[in-house]
Amino acid sequence: MDFELLVLGDEGWGDEMLRATLVTLMVSLTAMGIGLFISIFGTLSKLSNKFYVRLIADVYTTIVRGIPELLVIYLLFFGGSNAIMSVAKLFGYYGYIELNAFVIGAIAIGAISGAYSTEVIRGAFLAVPRGQIDAAKSVGMNKFVIFTRILIPQVLRYALPGLGNVWQLTLKDTALIMVTGLVEIMRQAHVASGSTYAPFTFYITAALLYLILTTASNTIFNSAENWANKGVRRA
Amino acid sequence: MNYELMIETFPKLLVGLNITIQLVLISLFVGFCFAIGLALLRLSNNLFLNFFAKTYVFYFRGTPLLVQIFLIYYGIAQFEFIRESFVWYFFKEAYWCAILALTLNTCAYSSEIIRGGIQSVSFGQIESAKSTGMSGFLLYRRIILPIAFRQALPAYGNEMILMVKATSLVSTITIMDVTGIARLIIAKTFSPVEIFIVAGLIYLTINFIVTRLVNLCEIKLTPYLRRVN
Repeated sequence: MDFELLVLGDEGWGDEMLRATLVTLMVSLTAMGIGLFISIFGTLSKLSNKFYVRLIADVYTTIVRGIPELLVIYLLFFGGSNAIMSVAKLFGYYGYIELNAFVIGAIAIGAISGAYSTEVIRGAFLAVPRGQIDAAKSVGMNKFVIFTRILIPQVLRYALPGLGNVWQLTLKDTALIMVTGLVEIMRQAHVASGSTYAPFTFYITAALLYLILTTASNTIFNSAENWANKGVRRA
Repeated sequence: MNYELMIETFPKLLVGLNITIQLVLISLFVGFCFAIGLALLRLSNNLFLNFFAKTYVFYFRGTPLLVQIFLIYYGIAQFEFIRESFVWYFFKEAYWCAILALTLNTCAYSSEIIRGGIQSVSFGQIESAKSTGMSGFLLYRRIILPIAFRQALPAYGNEMILMVKATSLVSTITIMDVTGIARLIIAKTFSPVEIFIVAGLIYLTINFIVTRLVNLCEIKLTPYLRRVN
């Protein structure tokens, strides 16, 4: 194996791989953000009293969790621009709009991540004992105060381990958006191995970069869990 | 919505279903057999074996499946001594590379699930089995593994669904499974929504059947939890 291919600067691919790692991280963070945003509405709809609202949320999570990620990405990659253009037509804009690969990737992975986050946050909501809400009502808290003082702090604590898992999934799913042409770790490794005929070197580097990302985020989530649980008594 | 196209596409995608199911069944079966061994290594007191199992699981759970597939299919070809030896007949076929990658991947995840199951077997049951004279292989075959499998079944059901979804990645290394054919038709007809719906329905149907079967197994395996009406 030829490790000189990985030096930084003009001769090697090291700096390109590092930049690609940054792109992977950015896409993952954006996707996770989109996912969390979706999951707020997902959770509220799943816990709603209205049948149709619940049905929509159920259909969303079932479909996204039951269909391969690659198909969701293809749908947005080939159909995303058309969908945006038809929305733009309603507003009187008839030009050609092309979404860039970063946006498509982040939306696709975000939609997938959102379905998993919804289930995690719903579970965390249901884990808060009902008695606490009754108690909060009895001391005169209104809905908003109950939400911010009683529910949110506990839901975040219960949801943290599950969200850690979702983050790991999201991070690894971003490898799939190489098919849209976005230059993240996998695409960069693919391009580099194509022009140097050293695929093993580059894919093993890609694997190591992913391992670094997943291990680092695992450590961060563990310490976040410790911080969130510091007030919890343990036997 | 172009319904004609959807009806036309359906039989074409069913051709790919054959490959998808082959990949799922072979990799799940072989992966599961090795996963039992890996779980036992992980639980063994031998530091070296334990370290091996830990590293294996760490690598396969910490990297995307796509990297693992590419590393085997494209990466191995970098080494000339492999290209010149007889194993090249195995590695030059995308199909076998895909099966190898999927098997190694599911092996890592399943071994963790099985390990959880084995660790959940209560010590009292093992102790009483030992007191009746069972040990070693017999203890595992009669007491520990059956209880462990029952405990691990729901989690393993999830792993099966993840594998069904994971097989779609083999379309990136030229294998024409359901997703591969769907991609081809989308690129030709440029009607992503219709094809997505048809392909998606096929995957949802498979996953629905898998969840039903796992549920059925669960009911069969836990007669003591059944409610008496």
